[in-house]
Amino acid sequence: MVNVGKDQATVFEPSAPYAIEVNDVNVSYGTSRAVLDVSLKIPEHTIVALIGPSGCGKSTLLRSMNRMNDFVSSAKVTGEILFRGSNIYADDADPVLLRRQIGMVFQKPNPFPTSIRKNITWGPGINGFQGDYNKLVESSLRRAALWDEVAGKLGESGLALSGGQQQRLCIARAIAMDPDVILMDEPCSALDPGSTLKIENLLLELKERFTIVIVTHNMQQARRVSDYTAFMYQGELVEFGPTDGVFETPKQELTRDYVSGRFG
Amino acid sequence: MGIIAVLLSETIEFFRTVSIREFFGSATWAPMFEPRQFGIWPLVGGTFLITAGAGLIGIPGGLGVGLFLNEFAAPGVRAFIKPLLEILAGIPTVVYGYFALTVVTPTLQRVLPDTEVFNAASAAIVVGIMVLPMVASLCDDALRAVPRSVKEAGYALGATKCEVSLQVTVPAALSGIIASFILAISRAFGETMAVTLAAGSTPRLTLNPLQSIQTLTSYIVQVSTGDTPQGSIEYKSIFAVGMLLLVVTLLFNMLAYSLVKRFRSVYE
Ligand SMILES: Nc1ncnc2c1ncn2[C@@H]1O[C@H](COP(=O)(O)OP(=O)(O)O)[C@@H](O)[C@H]1O
Ligand SMILES: [Mg+2]
Repeated sequence: MVNVGKDQATVFEPSAPYAIEVNDVNVSYGTSRAVLDVSLKIPEHTIVALIGPSGCGKSTLLRSMNRMNDFVSSAKVTGEILFRGSNIYADDADPVLLRRQIGMVFQKPNPFPTSIRKNITWGPGINGFQGDYNKLVESSLRRAALWDEVAGKLGESGLALSGGQQQRLCIARAIAMDPDVILMDEPCSALDPGSTLKIENLLLELKERFTIVIVTHNMQQARRVSDYTAFMYQGELVEFGPTDGVFETPKQELTRDYVSGRFG
Repeated sequence: MGIIAVLLSETIEFFRTVSIREFFGSATWAPMFEPRQFGIWPLVGGTFLITAGAGLIGIPGGLGVGLFLNEFAAPGVRAFIKPLLEILAGIPTVVYGYFALTVVTPTLQRVLPDTEVFNAASAAIVVGIMVLPMVASLCDDALRAVPRSVKEAGYALGATKCEVSLQVTVPAALSGIIASFILAISRAFGETMAVTLAAGSTPRLTLNPLQSIQTLTSYIVQVSTGDTPQGSIEYKSIFAVGMLLLVVTLLFNMLAYSLVKRFRSVYE
């Protein structure tokens, strides 16, 4: 069985309020279709994991939630994605404003080639932040569990940090914007197990304040951190539901095969 | 190395007759007429006027075109403009000189009637246009070397295209951009043919770009293409002027090297 089809998919509907609602979304790059008819609802203050084999469309779906696909000229999105109840792909929607409210952490740490402090303050600065920048830097770094390691060297380059520290700096940078949602695309894939553990613990704290959607190819990670899991396969959403259910009592045969490690 | 030896020995010969104090202390350059005077400042001033004017046009213009190519131009437009820049950069400089005389100067004269037939402004404008494609092409290369992931980080923080290109991409490409500026300045500084044709050969210490001036290089052209007898003091003076050109160019290069090293980003 390759084609699940929308009607056969098992999609759980969590209770409201939702941070993001994905309705019948298709994404194609030119003629090749990467996301097929996906619908799911992401409740506020939860961690939702997107899992599935490489190339199944996880990143594409994630990047359609903050319109980062706009920068890929061949990418075309149809369907609707609701954020705070309005369609982010509506004609009058402003993707720049949207990205202030939906932050993103990338697969490879990508701090700006400037000081640690400036990495944090730049985003709020261009968006007209009026408050106390020193406090903002400290609180963002604290929430990203990085403050103790960098407090004495805020003027040093962000690139001088270790990979794990750089990724936490990128998380702090996203937090400093005080977004509603943070999208993370395999944030730990370039990190050692120690750094990965730190970030996983961090995510559990962050969900008090933010909604997090995390793409991961690491099934243990999805189980450890997420409340809901979406399993995708060849562009389709196969199964979405509470994480324990998806891993312990999957409804779909494909999901069962994947979470038991039979392919992927 | 041989060239430097000749340059050095002729320069020393020159300074046997003309004192270094006169060379750097006098404000009159009159090597052909009695009483001869060898104060270098009018030539340095003329060179400065051309270099500054050309830089004012070529540097922002080149950076602008580079940014446009990198951030805003459709791939098709870019594929067309990029080779065009390389062709423009290869046009012989004498062509730019004629362009100055036949197009730029008459236009200037129409707008500003005080403009002389030979004038610094016209030369500075064409030298600016001449260095622009090189600056544009080098800036484009430097900007392109900035990884997509860093720009995406900017966009993901709710930055506009303009904010990302000016505040993320440009700083990350700074060493390459500065290197292109310095190359432009040193090319303008050493430019010879276009300047000789357009700015004339009137050594004059002035900041008025509508007047004729003479640069270090065009003085060398004037003497070496004229009937100045070898061994005469005017003839020797071109070696002293050449020496000064060499030293300043060397200083430029050292400055460029240290700046590029200082701003060298991790992406190159
Ligand atoms: N920029 C792009 N241009 C063209 N095709 C792309 C692009 N990005 C991804 N794809 C294709 O879309 C499909 C889904 O990719 P992606 O969303 O990156 O998957 P995942 O993150 O699950 O590994 C793949 O077939 C991939 O080759
Ligand atoms: Mg991916």
